Amino acid sequence: MLKARIIPCLDVDRGRVVKGVNFVDLVDAGDPVEQARIYDREGADELCFLDITASHEDRDTIFDVVGHTAEQCFMPLTVGGGVRTNDDIRKLLLAGADKVSINTAAVKEPEFVRRAAEKFGSQCIVVSIDAKTAAGGRFEVYTHGGRRATGIDAVDWARRMAEYGSGEILLTSMDRDGTKLGFDIPLTAAVADAVPVPVIASGGVGTLDHLVEGIVEGHASAVLAASIFHFGTYTITQAKAHMKAAGVPIRDDA
Amino acid sequence: MSVVIIDYGSGNLRSAAKAFEHAVAAAGLDLTVDVTARADDVDRASHVVLPGVGAFADCKQGLEALPGMVDALERAVVRQARPFLGICVGMQLLATTGREHGEHAGLGWIPGEVVALEPADPSLKIPHMGWNELCLKGPSHPVFEGIAAGSHAYFVHSYGYACADPAHVLATVEYGGAVTAVVGRDNMVGTQFHPEKSQATGLRLITNFLTWRP
Repeated sequence: MLKARIIPCLDVDRGRVVKGVNFVDLVDAGDPVEQARIYDREGADELCFLDITASHEDRDTIFDVVGHTAEQCFMPLTVGGGVRTNDDIRKLLLAGADKVSINTAAVKEPEFVRRAAEKFGSQCIVVSIDAKTAAGGRFEVYTHGGRRATGIDAVDWARRMAEYGSGEILLTSMDRDGTKLGFDIPLTAAVADAVPVPVIASGGVGTLDHLVEGIVEGHASAVLAASIFHFGTYTITQAKAHMKAAGVPIRDDA
Repeated sequence: MSVVIIDYGSGNLRSAAKAFEHAVAAAGLDLTVDVTARADDVDRASHVVLPGVGAFADCKQGLEALPGMVDALERAVVRQARPFLGICVGMQLLATTGREHGEHAGLGWIPGEVVALEPADPSLKIPHMGWNELCLKGPSHPVFEGIAAGSHAYFVHSYGYACADPAHVLATVEYGGAVTAVVGRDNMVGTQFHPEKSQATGLRLITNFLTWRP
């Protein structure tokens, strides 16, 4: 049967990991390629890089990072952050990425998602949605790292993005992100139950039980976490053992 | 001796090329890995790899747009029986017909149709995306050497290969019913999953393919 996926995410700024793990055997804790290799070795199911490089002239650093990672880690690699054009996508795929995540550019121009899916195939287009709870039990899409409200309903938006060809939805609760209080389960379940494509739950993981909740109660197909793995609170191996013990189907033969 | 990976404008060949390069180096094989769009490179190849992502018809058209490529593939794979590996849509192109957005002719090397996945359980997501367990069929094929039944491979697809002859199905996975995971006959193998993304299991299959003497 198909297994729930655990996806560690690394924030990369100018080619360096922003919040890295202090593994004892790590030669260079800021090197995303080394971090990726550790996650690979521990059996991460996929890997995600979020490029947060602000300055335009430094933006090409991500291509080297992706290229070197793809030489050493043979698992799906998603890269997000600043993906605005088909040319951005092409360059990331040529560097060795398998999927790209699109966030703000999709809100600005939804047709971009359609064009990207037609050109590269839905399998490599992930639409990333940042959402917050709004009045009346609804959820609203935000952009710019949760600072800018759009007035768009998150469930409707996810449905529309799937229709436009997004092969997957990466859903981040901006209420929960960084809180370690767990995923926003009502948000996750509302989106996962509304779209035919897989949903990756993100934002708020603080314990291994939260990972289980994302799958079991949130109906997500995958769970993404950054800090619990970055700071060495838990390893991927521990996360998988915990999920397996809780009855979540996971891959543990890697 | 060279492995050619056919570049017909379909998706990410870089990660496939890197996995093959890694497998060649790790096993100490005397092979070069060439990503090519040229039919004459196929004529010279010892192994042929046809990757592919996206829609069936787009991939077929992309392949046909390369001058002489389909003929070169017929010569190398069908007549001269050199080892061939199709990956994902590159595997689906082996079929007689693809039924994705209309009806399109495939290469027709392994009889069958490529049809939409319709899991019996409607809550299952489409695409079938992620790691699933391989169920190996029949007598073990050399490309599965060292790969245990139940090993996981990485899938992402919305259409599946319905083989006309069940003997051509070398492995399946369970996703609301049995879904074809690997097809093969004679010197041809095709994987619905992505060996280049399937960590140790995938690299093992690639190495097995490169050392296979059909």
